[in-house]
Amino acid sequence: MEWINAIVQGVLLGGLYALFAAGLSLIFGVMRLVNIAHGDFIVLAAFLALSTTTALGVNPLLTLVIVVPVMAVIGYVLQRGVLNQTLGDDILPPLLVTFGLSVIIQNGLLEIYSADPQKMNAGAIETASLALPGNLNVGVLPLVMFGVSVAVIAGLQWVFYRSALGRAFRAVSDKQDIAQLMGLNKAHVFGLAMALSLAVVGIAGVFLGIRTSFDPSIGPGRLIFGFEAVIIGGLGNLWGTMIGGIILGVSQNIGAQINPGWQLLAGHIAFLIVLAVKPRGLFPRID
Amino acid sequence: MTSANYTISRSSPASRFAAGVGILVLAALIAAPWWAGRADMRLLSEIFLYLSLACLWNLLAGYAGLVSVGQQAFVGFGGYMLFALAMFAGLSPLVAIPIAGLLGALVAIPVAVLIFRLRGAYFAIGTWVIAEVFRLSFAQVSALGGGSGTSLPVAIVRSMASSRSMREATTYWLALGMAAIVIAVIYLLLRSRNGLALTAIRDSEVASNSFGIDIWRHKFFVYVIAAGLTASTGALIFLQKLRISPDAAFSVNDWTAFVIFIVVIGGIGTLEGPIIGVIVFFLLRETLADLGTTYLLILGLVAIVVMLKAPRGIWGFVKDRTGIELFPLSRRVVEEKSDS
Amino acid sequence: MPEALLSTHGLNAHYGDFQALFGVDINIHAGEVIAIIGANGAGKTTLMRSITGLLANRPDMVTYRNTPIGALRADQVARTGIAMVPEGRQLFQSLSVEENLIIGGQIGRKGPWELENVFRLFPILKERRAVPSTALSGGQQQMVAIGRALMSNPELILFDEISLGLAPIIIKSIYEVLPDIIGEGMSAVIVEQDIAKALSVADRVYCMQEGRISLEGRSDELTREQISAAYFGV
Repeated sequence: MEWINAIVQGVLLGGLYALFAAGLSLIFGVMRLVNIAHGDFIVLAAFLALSTTTALGVNPLLTLVIVVPVMAVIGYVLQRGVLNQTLGDDILPPLLVTFGLSVIIQNGLLEIYSADPQKMNAGAIETASLALPGNLNVGVLPLVMFGVSVAVIAGLQWVFYRSALGRAFRAVSDKQDIAQLMGLNKAHVFGLAMALSLAVVGIAGVFLGIRTSFDPSIGPGRLIFGFEAVIIGGLGNLWGTMIGGIILGVSQNIGAQINPGWQLLAGHIAFLIVLAVKPRGLFPRID
Repeated sequence: MTSANYTISRSSPASRFAAGVGILVLAALIAAPWWAGRADMRLLSEIFLYLSLACLWNLLAGYAGLVSVGQQAFVGFGGYMLFALAMFAGLSPLVAIPIAGLLGALVAIPVAVLIFRLRGAYFAIGTWVIAEVFRLSFAQVSALGGGSGTSLPVAIVRSMASSRSMREATTYWLALGMAAIVIAVIYLLLRSRNGLALTAIRDSEVASNSFGIDIWRHKFFVYVIAAGLTASTGALIFLQKLRISPDAAFSVNDWTAFVIFIVVIGGIGTLEGPIIGVIVFFLLRETLADLGTTYLLILGLVAIVVMLKAPRGIWGFVKDRTGIELFPLSRRVVEEKSDS
Repeated sequence: MPEALLSTHGLNAHYGDFQALFGVDINIHAGEVIAIIGANGAGKTTLMRSITGLLANRPDMVTYRNTPIGALRADQVARTGIAMVPEGRQLFQSLSVEENLIIGGQIGRKGPWELENVFRLFPILKERRAVPSTALSGGQQQMVAIGRALMSNPELILFDEISLGLAPIIIKSIYEVLPDIIGEGMSAVIVEQDIAKALSVADRVYCMQEGRISLEGRSDELTREQISAAYFGV
């Protein structure tokens, strides 16, 4: 029974990992940029939520209304102001600039909030749970978060393949010059992609801050989880990323069930096994 | 009539001058135990070890196009191997250091086979995962102190040399020797056929592939060499610290972020860059370290500004304007005027 | 002669240290069809890239309706009413046929060309509207590329090497529809290596050689000898 419980909890945790991964996957798809500071932005969003709920005295879930747009604006400005200058044939500049951003965000948060672990309390919903057949108890909050993750992935999928914005994303990703000839300003399109990525990061950060305690140093760990979910699922496949997140979450929980010290290790090993056996991920995009 | 003979030369007046000055500086540094204080020697050792790490990272990122943010994997691995070999196999630390390097190179082989499947930026994060796996694995080894780490037993430390000052001189020379070996190995590697291939790959992967250069094999070779030397350097770092723990051994800040900063500031893809960078880095650290997190904020900011405004760093800036090269690496055509 | 629609004035263009265009002056008037001919490497594509803003120049080196556009980005130039059918089709491989056409029209210039009219011109595209653009034959891809450019309802349309890499029968059919495309008031520039094809549709011809204009004139007045001298430099 404990095992089934571990797996169910792992699936729910996987939803959060998919949220970590979705924004990463999106900007890689559009502009081949890997944002090393991605995890630190998740933590930044969590701290933004913390400050908002402290200042306004509202439920942390409500801070989404503020955190998500603020993160989107940060993303757009960052892309237009800094990251667009780093894009080109050389992969080093974007990598090193976002690495520098990661150092800045971590130490900036440390300066403002100290290294103390923080946690947000979402009130009664945190303790509510559903009793499922077979003595399983599933928390309502993790279930809601999982539902939101699925909805976010579905939403991104729709944007990318069904909307005018997604058409612009794909066109610029395919051929930057020709997209420009069609009247698409790639600097703006890239800005929108980063805005969307950090909007998703905003949701992920608020959820992270409600689920677990967090401090300024945990960003890189979240980046790695998101990255592993992307690679396990297969590059360029959003539903694959969702499944990648779930596989990662389940592996971690099974590892923890065997030995509490093995939780993270088990997740990394699952990733390395996929890399060894199917280097293009379980569900690579066919093209 | 004057005709010109052309010869291919690598050395230049600047490089010959640099070689002369280099020998003098090296001699002064070797003699440091006789003229420098204890604290100075510790600082110098640290500089040499960071110089080694920076040169090795530069070899990977600046020459082989392998941008790693996980070299702490090998620093920590080397450190732990030193402790394990000294504590369990009874080896002298002096013997354990090269063996730690060898083991680092060996463990890099399967690691490379796995993570070379990832491209570009994803390769970078893949190296980070490997470092995390190493950290979490060593935290599980209770004989090495598990998550809280362990100290090198006093008896082993004492066995290194008869007196404390002799011991300190020895670790100092080891650090200096390590930096010298690393620079020499990289220099020879870049001057070899392998180095030419690397330059070709850096300039254009597609073109060099069509010339029959086996890109994978060249990169693999460089990765394994760099891992071995990084592990040896790591062994030395923790021989100086005398204490090791997973968090210290596999710290991304200490062994990768600072190292990247050094290389970026100094000038990526040049041999001179890391040397300049390490000097700038330690000058900044010695003057600003009291600021704590603000100091790190400044480092991050400086790195970003350099990457955007002067992507080839301080040395690239100097080289573009003067053409000076201290390490004679590039070939130049020299015209020898003669009457005939 | 009335005021030109588009002119270049002493246009120079560089790729790094390499100079590809040397003081090129051309004029295109409203309603005119111009052919630009020349051998490989003569600078025809560079000229197209300079006009469309893919290559930045000094502002006054390219003027459109007497406004300097030489320094505008390509997306800004597109909004002024200049469209290009690029060499080698260059369709978006992740987009379906229909999406490729829609993206051509997304700047929202009003005019006769919309999806249904493009489908009427190339009925086969309507049939295959939902397939990925990579699934089409070369000739069909060229139709999409032409349709994509028309969707922006341009005043000036540039065709860069539209017959390159296509079967003769396809080339023939594309040249047959060209007069329909270049209808009322639309001006066109046709870059072509096939001299006879170019002369058959163009009012005037510019010949390029090594980055310079080596000959210009009305297509019905130029002799074969003049053209081959300008083309090959003999």
